[in-house]
Amino acid sequence: MLIKCPHCGTRPVEEFTFLGDARPRRPASNDPASMEQWFDYVYLRDNPRGRMDEYAHHAGGCRSWLVVSRSTETHEVFATVTARDYAASRRKGRAS
Amino acid sequence: MKYSVFSLFRHSLSGHKNWEPAWREPAPKAEYDIVIVGGGGHGLATAYYLAKEFGLRNVAVLEKGWLGSGNIGRNTTIIRSNYMLPGNNPFYELSMKLWESLEQDFNFNAMVSQRGVLNLCHSDPQRDAFARRGNAMRIDGVDAELLDAHAVREMYPFFDFDNPRFPIKGGLLQRRGGTVRHDAVAWGYARGADQHGVDIIQHCEVKGIKIEKGKAVGVETSRGFIRCKKLALATAGNSSETAAMAGLKLPVESHVLQAFVSEGLKPFIDGVVTFGAGHFYVSQSDKGGLVFGGDIDGYNSYARRGNLPMIEHVIEAGVAMIPALARVRVLRSWGGIMDMSMDGSPIIDKTPVGGLYLNTGWCYGGFKATPASGYCFAHLIARDEPKDVASHYRLDRFRRGYLIDEKGQGATPNLH
Ligand SMILES: Cc1cc2nc3c(=O)[nH]c(=O)nc-3n(C[C@H](O)[C@H](O)[C@H](O)COP(=O)(O)OP(=O)(O)OC[C@H]3O[C@@H](n4cnc5c(N)ncnc54)[C@H](O)[C@@H]3O)c2cc1C
Ligand SMILES: [Zn+2]
Repeated sequence: MLIKCPHCGTRPVEEFTFLGDARPRRPASNDPASMEQWFDYVYLRDNPRGRMDEYAHHAGGCRSWLVVSRSTETHEVFATVTARDYAASRRKGRAS
Repeated sequence: MKYSVFSLFRHSLSGHKNWEPAWREPAPKAEYDIVIVGGGGHGLATAYYLAKEFGLRNVAVLEKGWLGSGNIGRNTTIIRSNYMLPGNNPFYELSMKLWESLEQDFNFNAMVSQRGVLNLCHSDPQRDAFARRGNAMRIDGVDAELLDAHAVREMYPFFDFDNPRFPIKGGLLQRRGGTVRHDAVAWGYARGADQHGVDIIQHCEVKGIKIEKGKAVGVETSRGFIRCKKLALATAGNSSETAAMAGLKLPVESHVLQAFVSEGLKPFIDGVVTFGAGHFYVSQSDKGGLVFGGDIDGYNSYARRGNLPMIEHVIEAGVAMIPALARVRVLRSWGGIMDMSMDGSPIIDKTPVGGLYLNTGWCYGGFKATPASGYCFAHLIARDEPKDVASHYRLDRFRRGYLIDEKGQGATPNLH
C-alpha cells in the first residue's frame, strides 16, 4: 500500500499509523443526556466493506494527521488530504 | 460410520477406495428450528453441541464459501487458557478441558497436542506481571509455572538470552497449552454435527435477515429464502455485515492478521513460544514447517491478505528471539479477517432483535475458544440463558461500562 502524503509525496504504508474511521463526530456536549451519543462514538463502528475515510498519522514523515480514503476490500487508495482540510470540507458541507 | 483401527483395517483390504464422505451435502429445507450463519469453527461447534448436548437436531449451518475457508483454516493453531480476568479465564479453561477430550467425543483425529505454551519475559516488571497472571490462573485452577532464565535455557538453548536490548529473563509456562490441527477441528465438528442430523450447507451466502414484529424469522440466501425459529450469527470477520442485515451496529472492526509457514525443518521447537518484547509466536508443525505470526496490520480490512511491512516486522521480532531463524526461508504467508472487539474480548449473547443470537469479537484468539464458544452459544440458543462461564460476554457491557479488557488499554479495536 502506497499513500500520497500531501506534504511528503508518495510514501510506503509503514510510515503511517492508523486510527480508524474519520467520519464519526465527537459529541459536543458532556451532558449525561448525551450518553447514547458518546456510547456510539466511543464503541460502535460502521466497519464498512469498501470505501472508508480513515485517520492516519504520518509518524515516519511530516507527523501530520491525514485522512486517507481507501477501499477496505482491495486496499486501493483513492485520495489523501490533511485532517484539517477534511474537517474544513465537512464543515462547509454542513453549512450548505 | 465410526473411525477406528478396525475400520481402517477393513478399508485397507479394499485399497481405501470405499470410504464414505465425512458429511452429506443436503439441499436446504424450507424451514429449520435453528439456522446458524457461518460454517467456521464456532458455527460448526455450535451446531454439534446443539444436536449432541441439547437434543436440537433440526438445525442448518449456512456457509458462503466452503468449510474451513475462513479463519478456522487460517490460524496459527495455538490453544491456551492463560488469561487473567475473572470474566475470561473460566471460559477458556472450559475450552481447554473440552479440547482434552474432543477427539474421543467427536471421533476424529484433530491432533490435539499439549506441547506447552511458553511466554517469554524480558524485564523485571514483565516478570512481575507474569507472576500475577500465573497466580490468577492458578486461582482458577489452571496450570501455570513461572520459569527463570536458567529453566528456559534448558528447554530452548538456542534462544538469544543475552540480547542486549531484549535479554530473556524467564517465562510463564502453561504445559497444558499447545496446538491443534485447525482444519481437522472444522471437519470433526462438521462430521459430528452431520451424524446428529444437522444440515451443513456450503456455498450458501446469507444476504438478508427477515424480521417480523421485532423477531428474526428467516434469511434470504443465494439459495433461496430459509425460514427459522431462531437465528444465530457466527460470522467472525464479517460480523458487522451480517448484524447490519438486522439493523445492528456492533462494537467491532474488521482487521487483517497474517500468518506464515517456513520450509520444512528437522525437529527444532517442540512447544509454542511467544516473544515478549514484540509480537511473535511460533511452533513447529508435524510436517516440520515453522508456523508463526505477529500483530494485525493495523488498518481496517476485509481483504484476506496483508502488506509486506508487517511481514518484515514479524520476522525481525522472530530473529531477535531466535537468531538461527535468519537462515530459514519462508514458504507461504496468508491473511484472515479478524472480528476485533473494542475491549479485546468476545460477545456471546442475545440481541435486541427477538430470536437473533450473536457470537463475535474473537480478535486474534478465537481458535482456542472454539469448543467452549460452541458449547456456550448452543446453551444460550437452546435455553435462552447464558452458560455460567460465558455470562460476562454480554453485548451491552460496553454501554454499561463492564469491559473485559485484559490489557487495560481502553476502547480500541487493536487488542488481542
Ligand atoms: C492468521 C491468523 C492466526 C490466528 N491464530 C490463532 C491462534 O493461534 N490461536 C487462536 O486461538 N486463534 C487464532 N486466530 C483466531 C481464530 O482463527 C478466529 O478467532 C476464529 O477462527 C474465528 O471463529 P470461526 O472459526 O468461527 O471463524 P471463521 O472460520 O472465519 O468462520 C466464519 C464463517 O462465516 C462465513 N460467513 C461470513 N459471512 C457469511 C454470510 N453472509 N453467509 C454465510 N456465511 C458467512 C465465512 O465464510 C466463514 O467461513 C487466528 C486468526 C488468523 C486469521
Ligand atoms: Zn507526510
